[in-house]
This record gives sequence, structure tokens and C-alpha cells, in this order.
Amino acid sequence: MKPPPFEYLAPSSLPEALDILSENGDDAKVLAGGQSLVPAMNFRLVEPALLVDLNGLDDLSYVTKEASGEIRIGAMTRQRTIERDSLVEAALPLLSETMPNIAHSQIRNRGTIGGSLVHADPAAELPMIMVALDARFRLRRSASERWISAADFYQGLFSTDLADDEIMVEVAIPPLKANAGTCFVEFARRKGDYALLGVAAILSLDDMGICREARIVYLNAGDMPIVARVAADLINGEKPTPQLFVEAANHAIENEITPMGDIHASVPYLLHLARALTVQALNQAAIRATPLLGK
Amino acid sequence: MLLSDFLRHELDLTGTHVGCEQGACGACTILLDGLPVRSCLIFAIQASDRELTTVEGLARRQPDGSESLHPIQESFWDAHGLQCGFCTPGILLTLVSYLEENSNPTEIEIRGAISGNLCRCTGYHNIVEAALLAAERMRHGER
Repeated sequence: MKPPPFEYLAPSSLPEALDILSENGDDAKVLAGGQSLVPAMNFRLVEPALLVDLNGLDDLSYVTKEASGEIRIGAMTRQRTIERDSLVEAALPLLSETMPNIAHSQIRNRGTIGGSLVHADPAAELPMIMVALDARFRLRRSASERWISAADFYQGLFSTDLADDEIMVEVAIPPLKANAGTCFVEFARRKGDYALLGVAAILSLDDMGICREARIVYLNAGDMPIVARVAADLINGEKPTPQLFVEAANHAIENEITPMGDIHASVPYLLHLARALTVQALNQAAIRATPLLGK
Repeated sequence: MLLSDFLRHELDLTGTHVGCEQGACGACTILLDGLPVRSCLIFAIQASDRELTTVEGLARRQPDGSESLHPIQESFWDAHGLQCGFCTPGILLTLVSYLEENSNPTEIEIRGAISGNLCRCTGYHNIVEAALLAAERMRHGER
């Protein structure tokens, strides 16, 4: 289908865009890559009176590294750019590994990191990876700006802390520790489909080969990214073994995730899938954390 | 107005097809500044000052006014890579761009590259054969 008529503005600067939003409140919708918003408009699930197109704001598209090693990504950076970026690959292999799983190349050519993050689809990869990586988001309104952690930003199904007059402008991600092993794995029935479920695992091995700083985050196992803290705590302080990872996976499945079944998969199936993917991700992260077995 | 509708109705370039209008099927795929995108998810006004390539732009006009097909079009013809042709323009443009980045793809890589283009007729087998043939011809300098 096609959208009903709407007003369209294409500001040439961020201050101009912010002024438009502050004047128009919830009648206005921000257009970034359009790969989630325009389908919704085509279905008439959302009918904004005013579309504010940010695609002219070239200064919101960049990938840089701070002196601290923190990676800064402009919110309008195309997913395709992040997929191919060498700074990201070096500092955030978990993000690089995740990018090709997002939809299809044609979607990533146009979709932006900011657009995906504010859309907050529980089946989207970028929100959960940002939670896994402890990212922070910079949100601006006309007169002020604020930072918020990814964990605090996501509040529920398609629901974030973003106000009607705010735009996400930047994502700041601390680098992974040098001795961290990471793995992202998801299962989709066909390449490019929304995943039924996915897992990101991060862990480090100390000098004695003991697991430290384990982190397990789930995609599509609830209405927003889920951090399985207790399961991760079972791993910290222990030697990495497949049995340990099965025990952690069982705990996460039994106590910490709530996947919603639908026509594609039942809840029992999703729980079974979650267990398999969790064990797979943890094993792979441990291998990658092991010196000489490599990254 | 969606870019897909603009191309078809305002410019009479009906090679770009409309399937799902939600970005899933790939029939509307065109090149925007050389990269494959869904024209059903872009508003026509957003294409202002941009370079677009539709399937009509693949054939090369010769000095005598005749046209010769792009090697990828020739390959799809020779390898029977299309039946009804509805998905074909989107696949051709996706592959033209993909082959610029990877000129010697494996079958698995081609299947991955066209994962965003749905075909109801062919079962993809001859699409893949045609893509491999096109890649080979283009590696040998055909254009």
C-alpha cells in the first residue's frame, strides 16, 4: 500500500531539525534510513502528519575513535558503512560479526544505526548488541543534550526513553578488552529473515584461564534486549567447560528469558533454540578468548 | 510519492517492479549512487540530485544507436535465469553491484548476495548459474 499525504521537511542542519521537532511534537516523525518507518507508513500503521528527513545531515555520519579507545558512531551512519569499517572491526569484533545478520544488503545500504536503535524492534540486532557492549547514546533536543546508557534507553516493546523533541545523534561504545572473546549467533529460517532468537556472549579468561566479565545478552527473547545476569555470574570465577556453559544456558532459559511464541516458533521451541545458541555462543567466545587459539 | 511509483508512473520506467512495498521481496531494487536499495522505501523527493540506475540503464547504447545488453543480461538470457521476469530487474541490479565488490564469487556467496530478492518461478538454480556465468564473462573483460 502507500502512505496517505503528509508534510515533508528536509532540514540542512541539526539545529534546524531540532527546532522543527520542538515546534511539532508528536505530529512529526524523524526519517533516517526509512527501512522500518517507510514500511510502517506503507502499511498505514503509522501516519505522521510531518516527516523530518535527516538524510541531508552529512555531519551525523562518521566512525571515529577517541584517545580512550572508545568508538563514536554518528547516528545517521549507514549500516553498510559500519559493516565495512576497520576501526569497528579492530575494537568491536562483536559488532562487525553481527552486522551481516541484519536483514539484507539492500536494507543495510540505506538503514542507519540511529534509526534501528530508536525503533527498538525486539528482533533487531543493533539494540541488543549495544546493550551487550555497554554503549551510550547521545540524545539532543534544541536547548540541551543528554547521554543515556543503552540498558536504560530500552524500556519495553518498541519503547525507548527518547522524547518527541529529541534526536539520537551519536553512539559511544567502549572498546572490548584485548583479552575478551565474543560471539554473536542468531537463527533465522532463511538468510536475512528476522531471527527467531539470538545470543551475544562476551567473556575474558584471566592468567589462570578462569572466566571473568562474562556477559550474555538475548535477541528476541522478550520485548527488549535481555541481559542474563545470573547466568553470566555462574560463569565468572570458573574454568570454561562445556558443562559450565550448559548450566549457565539452562539457568538463563529457566529464569531469565521470556520469548514470545508466534506462528514461526512456539515457546518450547524457542527455549530449546535459546539453550543451543547460548551454549554455542559461550563456547565460541571462550575459544576466541584463549590466547593462541586466536580471534 | 514513493520512488518506485515515481519511476514507473512519472518516468515511464516500468522495469522497476513493485511486489511487497515493505522492503522484503526485492522486486523494486534499484541502484542509488551505485548501491542497491529498495525504491519502495524511498520517497521520490529523496532522490533529488542523486544518481539512479534502473534496469533500463544496464544495456549499453552503441554509436550507431543500437543497444547491446550488459553481460549480466546476456548471461541471464543464455542460462535461462528468468521465467516471468518479475524479480529479474531487482536481481540484475543487486548482482551488478555485488560483482563490483566480489568479481569471483562462489555459489554460496551468490546465494547470499541475492538473499534479499525473492523469486517464485525459478527455484533460484538458473539464477545462480546465470550469475556465475556473468561473473566469469565480466572477469574476462566483457562489458
